[in-house]
Amino acid sequence: MRVGVITFPGSLDDHDARVAAAAGGGEGVALWHGDDDLSGVDAVVLPGGFSYGDYLRTGAIAQHAPIMAAVRDFAADGGPVLGICNGFQILCEAGLLPGALLRNIGLRFVSRPTFLTVERRDTPFTRGFDHAGPFSVPVKSGEGCYHADDATLDALEADGRVVFRYVEADNPNGSARDIAGICNAAGNVVGLMPHPEHAVDPALAGGDDFLPMFTGLVGAVSAAPATAPA
Amino acid sequence: MPRVAIDVLLKREILDPQGRALERALPGLGHGEAADVRIGKHIELDLEVAEGELEATVEAMADDFLTNPVIETYTWRTITTDERADANS
Repeated sequence: MRVGVITFPGSLDDHDARVAAAAGGGEGVALWHGDDDLSGVDAVVLPGGFSYGDYLRTGAIAQHAPIMAAVRDFAADGGPVLGICNGFQILCEAGLLPGALLRNIGLRFVSRPTFLTVERRDTPFTRGFDHAGPFSVPVKSGEGCYHADDATLDALEADGRVVFRYVEADNPNGSARDIAGICNAAGNVVGLMPHPEHAVDPALAGGDDFLPMFTGLVGAVSAAPATAPA
Repeated sequence: MPRVAIDVLLKREILDPQGRALERALPGLGHGEAADVRIGKHIELDLEVAEGELEATVEAMADDFLTNPVIETYTWRTITTDERADANS
């Protein structure tokens, strides 16, 4: 089970994402933004950081990187794709997820633990969560305020596409309806602002509440092999 | 070669926390009461393009890359050298 993690210029958490994939029982595979293919990986992670210095808008330039064409094809074929923080911003800019991320409502960069509920558990990235929660995970972002128009938000709620929500009164950035993460219609593309890859080791401050994201991912891919040729 | 100026703002229904912060700061700094402060981007560029294709080129560039239509709106115009935002520098 190989989890590809794309490094863009300015990615910061690509190494941690590969470590998290290994902690979940998979193999973290380094992918490069200039590549044209995904090296046959079974899942793709767009990691956190500040790709291209956040120039223009967060994720705006990264979504045009050469490897993104392969990511779009992989996602369209049902391949599991996870966007974390800047990766979530990239997926929104790419149109693979609806909405956009705005400056935090308090204008400050927020770096602290948050607590999330996991509201949808049949995605490749949430099938491993096996108790009610909430789950602790760090957030560290300046532009994490999730925005979509009311019709889009209503549709996300109605279709069960709000995957993660900040617990009541713990919304760190003003995100609409306390949304921390969402998925596409098929459920194989998931994005969230907090950093699950920093919450997979009980010996570290982030704890390991999000280890089930990666153990569950490994189980999901093993249970349902990709139909696309490697 | 035409020079194009593109002004980008957050859509009106979207809260602009930077604009609000300035709106609150201006009276305290002695600059009078300001309302509806919005902060955006001003982009200028020279564009080498056939004359009939200017509008389509600018709008494609703005819609696909320079702005995010989910959150932003923009206007554009062609400008002379004197109308550059940095004309007095």
